[in-house]
Amino acid sequence: MADAIELKTAPADFRFPTTNQTRHCFTRYIEFHRSNCRCLAAKGEESNQCEKFAKYYRSLCPGEWIDKWNEQRENGTFPGPL
Amino acid sequence: MIVLEWLFLTIAACDAAEPWQLGFQDAATPMMQGIIDLHHDIFFFLILILVFVLWILVRALWHFHYQKNPIPQRIVHGTTIEILWTIFPSIILMFIAIPSFALLYSMDEVVVDPAITIKAIGHQWYWTYEYSDYNSSDEQSLTFDSYMIPEDDLELGQLRLLEVDNRVVVPAKTHLRIIVTSADVLHSWAVPSLGVKCDAVPGRLNQISILVQREGVYYGQCSEICGTNHAFMPIVVEAVSRKDYGSWVSNQLIPQTGEA
Repeated sequence: MADAIELKTAPADFRFPTTNQTRHCFTRYIEFHRSNCRCLAAKGEESNQCEKFAKYYRSLCPGEWIDKWNEQRENGTFPGPL
Repeated sequence: MIVLEWLFLTIAACDAAEPWQLGFQDAATPMMQGIIDLHHDIFFFLILILVFVLWILVRALWHFHYQKNPIPQRIVHGTTIEILWTIFPSIILMFIAIPSFALLYSMDEVVVDPAITIKAIGHQWYWTYEYSDYNSSDEQSLTFDSYMIPEDDLELGQLRLLEVDNRVVVPAKTHLRIIVTSADVLHSWAVPSLGVKCDAVPGRLNQISILVQREGVYYGQCSEICGTNHAFMPIVVEAVSRKDYGSWVSNQLIPQTGEA
């Protein structure tokens, strides 16, 4: 058995207090991919802050949605404020 | 005999549907315990009202039988009694409303950040579970499908229409966030012992917070009509100790890291 699995996940976000967390997942995805460009540009590698956003959206969003959005970003058809 | 019976009942908890069951399954979360307590509170007043109404009804039928009482009375007003039969039900309603609202608002309280997020994705006709807290990239590291075990493949002692091949393993006494959604049509993720029923809507992520208080295996079934095999896509949650959960996750992740 490897070292203990860390039990950490995306924290509760007070911007999204209700049951519907669709917007929460979308916002985290945008926050990462928007800041990712800035982080990469500024520091040339992903900083811990960006990696945190990445962990959050991966925890919240279904894999299918992430794949679809990645594809849309590559095609330039992503419907969000990046 | 009674002592033996009592011992047996406390050892074997009811976390799945039983034949001819009348009451709730045993609670495994504070929410379900709250629901059961509220049910007991309301049931008390229900019995009071039922007995009172039946008594008046039977009394009226008995004493005002048309042969014994051929001339009906014509009472039209009665201010005092009208006030009484308005005030008393209001008081009863207040006694019912207080625990009800207490439970309702406490359900919405976000007290502690969850330790784990598990996604339950409904398909026709099975569930997919994603444990994405351990992803190091956009690739899913821990995801699996959960199909019902067909009747022909059941082993002795297993529950018909309830067993699945891959259970949802969770650590007990840990705050969980379950995100429920669907990949095609409406489904509903329901586990009565945990006091959980949450619709799986395509394009929407519904969040529920649970804290499973004891280790055990909890059964539930899809609760929103979703086609031919709607009755054949059950849910099984297995709550284990944190250590066992850690081992289970490590074992699931190893093949991926081995390949990578």
